Amino acid sequence: MSELLPPVIVGAGPAGIRAAERLVAAGLRPVVVDEAARWGGQIYRQPPEILSGAGFTRPKSALYGFEAGKADAVHRAMAAIRDRVDYRPRTLAWNCEAGALDLLSEGTSEVLPFSHLFLATGATDRVLPFPGWTLPGVFTLGGSQVALKFQGCAVGRRVAFLGTGPLLYLVAYQYLKAGVEVAGVFDTTPFAAQARATAGMLRDPATLAKGLLFVGWLRAHGVPIHNGVRPVRGEGAERVEALVWRDARGQERRTSCDAVAFGLGLRSETQLADLAGCRFRFDEADRAWLPERDGSGRSSVAGVYLAGDGSGIAGADAAELAGERAALALLEDLGRPVEAARVKELDGRLARIAAFRRSLSAAFPFPADWADAIADDTMICRCEGITAGAVREVARSGQAREMNRAKALTRAGMGRCQGRMCSATTAELLSRALGTGPDGVGRLRAQPPIKPLPVSAGAERREVA
Amino acid sequence: MRERIDCDVAIVGGGIVGGSAALFLRQAGLSVTLLERDWCGAKASGVNFGGVRRQGRPLEQLPLSQRAHAIWGRLPELLGIDAEYIRSGHLKLARSEPDLASLIDYRERSQGFGLGLEIITGEAFRRRWPALGDRAIGGSLCPEDGHANPRLVSPAFARAAARLGAVVREQTPVDRVEKDGDRFVLLSGDALEVRARFLLNTAGAWSWRVAEAFGEPVPLESLHPNMAVTEPLPRFLDVNIGVEGGGVYGRQVPRGNMVVGGGRGFALDADRARPQRDAVLTLMRDAAELFPQLRHAHVIRCWTGVEGYTPDRNPIVGPSRTTPGLFHAFGFSGAGFQIGPGVGQTLAELVTTGGTPMPLEPFRIDRFSPTA
Repeated sequence: MSELLPPVIVGAGPAGIRAAERLVAAGLRPVVVDEAARWGGQIYRQPPEILSGAGFTRPKSALYGFEAGKADAVHRAMAAIRDRVDYRPRTLAWNCEAGALDLLSEGTSEVLPFSHLFLATGATDRVLPFPGWTLPGVFTLGGSQVALKFQGCAVGRRVAFLGTGPLLYLVAYQYLKAGVEVAGVFDTTPFAAQARATAGMLRDPATLAKGLLFVGWLRAHGVPIHNGVRPVRGEGAERVEALVWRDARGQERRTSCDAVAFGLGLRSETQLADLAGCRFRFDEADRAWLPERDGSGRSSVAGVYLAGDGSGIAGADAAELAGERAALALLEDLGRPVEAARVKELDGRLARIAAFRRSLSAAFPFPADWADAIADDTMICRCEGITAGAVREVARSGQAREMNRAKALTRAGMGRCQGRMCSATTAELLSRALGTGPDGVGRLRAQPPIKPLPVSAGAERREVA
Repeated sequence: MRERIDCDVAIVGGGIVGGSAALFLRQAGLSVTLLERDWCGAKASGVNFGGVRRQGRPLEQLPLSQRAHAIWGRLPELLGIDAEYIRSGHLKLARSEPDLASLIDYRERSQGFGLGLEIITGEAFRRRWPALGDRAIGGSLCPEDGHANPRLVSPAFARAAARLGAVVREQTPVDRVEKDGDRFVLLSGDALEVRARFLLNTAGAWSWRVAEAFGEPVPLESLHPNMAVTEPLPRFLDVNIGVEGGGVYGRQVPRGNMVVGGGRGFALDADRARPQRDAVLTLMRDAAELFPQLRHAHVIRCWTGVEGYTPDRNPIVGPSRTTPGLFHAFGFSGAGFQIGPGVGQTLAELVTTGGTPMPLEPFRIDRFSPTA
């Protein structure tokens, strides 16, 4: 493996930045490719520079709350090495083929060969649909948070928060702090499950305390919090006007609102790992197929490293540690000296987070039965306008027993998002109709481009020197 | 315990050729077992461009192609679905006077096959297809050619055959095939043994394995046509487009997506292929040049497949030269979709009547061997 080429890092979030920092410290000059205009990733996303230029600034404490210190540290880490990395913001890696990435930047496509590839591609919301989820005013939790952090605006004046996962309470809290009325938090998790799991979460008292504080703060401000909820439908003519939901006792209730933010945890962005040839395995905790990585972040492909939520959901703190850890593995593979004590420390801290992460999964279990309640006429793939019934039909008639076949026959996952948003739903519907586990229906094969590619890029190519 | 099936005809490969052969054999009342290693119609038959085109084929293919044309006209009756089949016309563009002369020449030579080709140039051409850029100076229109959705058509043939009683086994690779007396014996692992009087080799790019098992090696090469589709766009094109001399081809589906093809993908292994970066970018450049409406569009997906090509780009269709009861149909060299059901029907005819009026001499399997 040649050391002539610089290592290439995809993603400038906590994992990518900590990896870059470590590689720079070893005297390397990595390339850092990132889709965003500024570094920080999704969790520590920075507002556009143009806003600060226009005199609209908000302190990090307002943007990131308790995490302001961590956000600031990550931002500073990247700023400190800015001149010693080949930083490529606003750049999409749309393909990985034969030891090179294809990049799209400012409408121009360019081939970037690598000897070592570091994937820190992050995650997006995992969603399951409910009737009315395509109404204007219905957002994902992550999307609602981005609106607040990045654009400095709220998705509505009176927002209902629905779903499960740490983001549910965090975003509700952030909205309340920003002066938005929170119509309620509608948690799909039964109260008992959360209480039981709290014991395990004592492994990380700080995070637990934070979670309790969000809940406490919301309650103190009169925000109703409901457990064991299932959505019935979003109602509204022009946009969402109410969330109709079923409480833990099965009673149908109605909450008026002008926006709904919902999500069921996160799902990893794994397409580049797939194109790079990484082997995948089904992960029970994430209920998803993930690229295999060992404890140090090595993938099944020599020279390809994985860190952060892009290869398994573990959160920002774990991403920072895993990013640095995988960078050390990369250096080790290059034959560079690596500080054993630091490796040991990182491994220990990552192991503790992994244990905490398991409790978190127990505290916020995926509401798999939600999928059964999705009516046949509910649209599940909004790019192509495909209904739940269409997917169930190809399963029940014996035509499709796995994801790619269901896609071929129904078009679910064939549109702009290439299944990034809908394939969790398709997998649930398909596996439940077939009576297999969620691991029984396979996964969509990744194909380039992993995100829509302007046709004009065909005429705008920068040749490799 | 090994399951054993005795039947009249065993078919290896559930693409559009094997699937349609199974359907026509069932209509004739024979017992049929179709074995498919993957899912029926999931390989080249199901992931091709979707052109349903007679125009431009070598003349020797036109009788089979015309036979297929009649079958395409009965698609809903045969399959129970329309599979997005549209007789939109196929327009082959000329970008130069020599290319135009070549189109005119093809029209002359193909007279009598019933293609009904019209050469359209100049002002009439511009008026009729104002959306086409100025790269083309004219074209040849085959009004009854068109396009269809291969993902839907190809699996539907095997499904229709199954509805009529064919035994269709998917995810069933054939590990061994031989002849025992007057019976073909096919083994799939320890699970299944199929015995049949006739064997149809319709296994696409992998057909050479069956041919070789009966002492008929063929120079079949796997290639991977490169394709891409854009996001839905306002309708601007009502015909399936090809270009004289090759290069790019395109069709706009009723949803508005533009499907374009050109260039080659690359093999990941013997069974899988992927679009290739240079081919993708070149295709986008050429497509935008031919269809100016694409200049501000996005490609949302690229794909390719695994297709068997012969040295002369004609398929291998007809009886084995070594083994009575064995019939081959493969090597369509990137042009098997339209002609497929016509070939399937011809295979059924060969089995049931022992002959066919179709001229199959140009498609003999032994034409590549030095002694032929």
